[in-house]
Amino acid sequence: MAATMQAAETLSNDKTMNGDRPPPARRFSPLGDLVFAGLARGAAILTLGLLVAIIISLFIGAWPSIQAYGPTFLWTAQWDPVQEKFGGLVMIYGTLMTSAIALAIAVPVSFGIALFLTELSPRWLKRPLGTAIELLAAIPSIVYGMWGLLIFAPILATYVQQPLQKAFSGVPLLGALVSGAPVGIGILSAGIILAIMIIPFIAAVMRDVFEVTPALLKESAYGLGATTWEVVWRVVLPYTKTGVIGGIMLGLGRALGETMAVTFVIGNFNQLESLSLFEAANSITSALANEFAEAQTGIHQASLIYLGLVLFLITAIVLGFAKVLLMRLEKREGGGGR
Amino acid sequence: MSAVLPTPGAEDRRLPLHRRRKLVNAVALVLSLAAMAFGLFWLVWILFETIHLGVTGLSLQLFTESTPAPNVEGGGLANAIVGSLIMVFAATALGTPVGVFAGIYLAEYGQRGWLGSVTRFINDILLSAPSIVIGLFIYAVVVARVKSFSGYAGILALALIVIPVVVRTTENMLQLIPTALREAAFALGAPKWIVIRSVTLKAAMAGVVTGVLLALARIAGETAPLLFTALSNQFFSWNLAEPMANLPVTIYKFAMSPFSNWQQLAWAGVFLITLGVLVLNILARVFFRKRH
Repeated sequence: MAATMQAAETLSNDKTMNGDRPPPARRFSPLGDLVFAGLARGAAILTLGLLVAIIISLFIGAWPSIQAYGPTFLWTAQWDPVQEKFGGLVMIYGTLMTSAIALAIAVPVSFGIALFLTELSPRWLKRPLGTAIELLAAIPSIVYGMWGLLIFAPILATYVQQPLQKAFSGVPLLGALVSGAPVGIGILSAGIILAIMIIPFIAAVMRDVFEVTPALLKESAYGLGATTWEVVWRVVLPYTKTGVIGGIMLGLGRALGETMAVTFVIGNFNQLESLSLFEAANSITSALANEFAEAQTGIHQASLIYLGLVLFLITAIVLGFAKVLLMRLEKREGGGGR
Repeated sequence: MSAVLPTPGAEDRRLPLHRRRKLVNAVALVLSLAAMAFGLFWLVWILFETIHLGVTGLSLQLFTESTPAPNVEGGGLANAIVGSLIMVFAATALGTPVGVFAGIYLAEYGQRGWLGSVTRFINDILLSAPSIVIGLFIYAVVVARVKSFSGYAGILALALIVIPVVVRTTENMLQLIPTALREAAFALGAPKWIVIRSVTLKAAMAGVVTGVLLALARIAGETAPLLFTALSNQFFSWNLAEPMANLPVTIYKFAMSPFSNWQQLAWAGVFLITLGVLVLNILARVFFRKRH
C-alpha cells in the first residue's frame, strides 16, 4: 500500500517540477491487473460452485436411498434403522409444522415491533431498541435451545400445557391437539422457541422496508386525517408488500433450517402417532443432529442425507423466492420512489 | 368541513365512525407496544438466565482444566475453549480472503455480467442456508474420504459459513464508495487493481472489518456444522487431524445429559459464548459507527 502512495506522490511531484509539461508516462506491469482480476473472478466462481458442489455431493450421498425408495420416501412415515426401512414423513412434517407455528407467532409480533420502531417510538428510543432486537438475532441458537430445554419447557408444561389439557379434554378436535404427556417438549415448544428466534430477523427486515416508504405518501395520508394505524395498514403496508413477504420468507428459511434450537426441545421421537402439538416429534435437522454421527454407512446414512437434500432444496426455494421479492422492492425504490 | 355545511344529522352519523376509527387506532397501537415488550421480554429473560446460571459456574478451573467425567467434581472447559478458538480463528483466516475477493468481484468487476448477478443471488441463498447441511457437505467430501472426524474438517465447515457473510458486507461497503473517488485514481494513471487495493478497499476498510467481526460472531456459536466434522474430544489436543473439542458441541452434549456437574459446565460455556458473541457484535457496531 505504501508503495502506491509513493507512486502517487511522485506522480504529483513530477508535475510540479516539470511545469506544464506532462509527466513521463508511468508503466505498471499488466500482470498485477490480470492476477488480481483472476483472483476476484476465481473467488466469485468458488462461491458459485459451492452451491452446486453442495447439491451434487448431497445427491451422490443420498443416491442409495433415492434408488431404493424414490419419491415415496417423502410420504412414508416408517423410520426403522433396525429393519432398514426408511421414510421421511415424520421429520418433514415436524420441520414444516414447527416452522408454521413459528411463523404464526412471529409474523404479527414482528409487524407490531416494526410498526413501533417506525411510527411510534420516540426518536431517542429508536436506536437502542432497534439494536436490542438486532442483538437478539445475534445470540447463537444453542443458547435458545438450552434455555428452552432447561428453563422454558418446565414452565410451559406447568402453566400452559396442563391448564389447556384440563380445559379441552373431551372436546373433539382441540382435545386431540393437546393430548399427550404435558412435559413441555414437542412440536409446540419447538415452534415457540423458533418464533422467538426469527422475530428479530423478520422485524428487522420489516422495519427496513417500512422506512423505504416515501415520507410524502405517509404525510399525504396523515394530512387527509388518517390515523397512525390507517397510514400503516393502508399506505405503508401495501407499498412495501413485496418486501414484507420477502422478510417473512427469510424468517421461514431460518426456521426450516434451524438445528440446535429445535433439537433440544422437540424430543427426537420418530413416530407420528397423533396430531397432538404436545407430543414429542422430530424434525429433519434434529434427526440429522442426533443420528448422523452414529449411523452406519449404508442405507441409514444415505436416507439421512436424502433428508438433508430435501431440507436444502426446500430452504433454497424459500430463500430464492424471498430474494426475488426483496429485489423487486429495491427496484421500485430506485425507480419510482417519488 | 364547515364549508360543506353538513346537516346536523350527517355530523351525528359521522361521529360513531370517527370514534370507531380512533378506537381501532388505539387498540392497534397498544398491540404494537405489546409486541415490542414481548420481543424485549424474551431477550431480557434469556440473557438473565444465561448470566445468572452462567456466572455461578465461572471459576479459574474453567479455563485451566479439561472436561471432566460425569459426576466427578471439578474439571473445566479448557480443551473446548482452546479448540473453539483455534477453529474459529482458522476458519475466519481461511474464509475472509475468499469472501473479500468475491465481494470485490461483485462490486468492481461483475456489476453487469451473468457471473456477477448469479453469484450475488447464490451468495444470498448460502447466507441463510441451513448450517447443518454445510456440515453434511464437509462430511461427504472430507470426513468420509479421510475416514476420520478432524479439526480440519471443522475449520472447513466454519469457513464455508464465513464466506457468504464476508462477500455480502464487502460488496455492500465497496458500493458505498463514490465513483468519483475511483475516477480520480484512474485519472492519475493507476491500474485497476491498485485503485481497488489502495483507494476503494482502503476507504471501505471499516465496513469490511465489521463484516469479518460479524462473521466471527456468527461462527463462534455454530454447533450444527461441527457435529459431524470436528465432532468433540474429551481431551486437550492441539492436533487438527484428530477430532477436536469445541464449546458448542460440548455444551450440547453436557446440557442434554442428566449429570448436574455437566449441566453446570454447560451453563458456564453458554455464558462464555453469549458474552463473546455480544461483545463481538457491539464491537463491530462501535467500530463501524466511528468510521462512518
